[in-house]
Amino acid sequence: MSSGSKQYKAIGEDVWKRTDKVNAELFTLTYGALVVQLIKDYEDYAQVNKQLEKMGYNIGTRLIEDFLARTGLQRCSTFGETAEVVSKVAFKTFLNITPTISFPAPSTIPPAAPLTTTTTTQQQTSSSAIPLPFPSEFILVFDENPLSEFAELPRDAREGGLWFSNVLCGVIRGSLEMVSGFHFFLSDL
Amino acid sequence: MTVHALWVINKAGGLVFSRSYSDTLPPLPLNTVLILAGTLHGVHAITSRISPGGGGGGMESFEAEGWGGRVFLTATGTKFVVLHSLPHPGLEELLLKVYEIYADAVMKNPFHTPEMPINSSLFETRLQALMIAANTA
Repeated sequence: MSSGSKQYKAIGEDVWKRTDKVNAELFTLTYGALVVQLIKDYEDYAQVNKQLEKMGYNIGTRLIEDFLARTGLQRCSTFGETAEVVSKVAFKTFLNITPTISFPAPSTIPPAAPLTTTTTTQQQTSSSAIPLPFPSEFILVFDENPLSEFAELPRDAREGGLWFSNVLCGVIRGSLEMVSGFHFFLSDL
Repeated sequence: MTVHALWVINKAGGLVFSRSYSDTLPPLPLNTVLILAGTLHGVHAITSRISPGGGGGGMESFEAEGWGGRVFLTATGTKFVVLHSLPHPGLEELLLKVYEIYADAVMKNPFHTPEMPINSSLFETRLQALMIAANTA
């Protein structure tokens, strides 16, 4: 795992160097304005979370093509490998961050992750009746998050359960679905 | 190497883009090309099902006298088919470039609906430039 992990790190850094960059302030402020406008429009934090996730999903289904074309990576053989690629190559390429990966013990179901402005926790779960090979889920912890660099959630939003960076959950779901959904399609024939 | 034509086939086997880049290819009505692309999709599915050991990829190329075809399957299930002359140096690089142009000009266009026919002039011009460079090389 460690040699593969190093290799993914190198790929991520290499692609990051070749990517066009955008001003961080512009990006952060645009996202902040988007979230605030959503809150104004929906006046319900749960609904805002849902919309952010949906937006992220639509981004993910498109972004995955760019990711595959640029990195030339092949299908992952284990879910652990998927976690490595998502953290070390994908997040590195698109946001220049490398979230820390951890694998929860197979039997425990992690509680709904609280989301703060500095740390985002996300879970990827596969629903299936048969016992899944370990690991079947992973948690990404963000030490730094460019989306919420200047965001300080007001008490109201915090208590209302706003997931400020929920768009990232959607992006991961959308992109992984595009490469795994194909699996189902093949066996469906 | 001369590139005769490029097809893009979506996940469901529908032809979403086809263009010919040489005049040696017999002109075919669009319906015929649609049927051919669908058939190719089916053949690809069969070959991936019967591959020894299971779980293997499907047909990658086919050859006839003086020409051949290369099927490039992306992890998301989209297929790029290039009809080309033989021999074909630099075909791999060409396919990767085509995929990059597709990711840029088609998938990043917010007004493009995935799995639907591609009507993008940016995609066409960038492909045209790539194919002219490949055909004159």
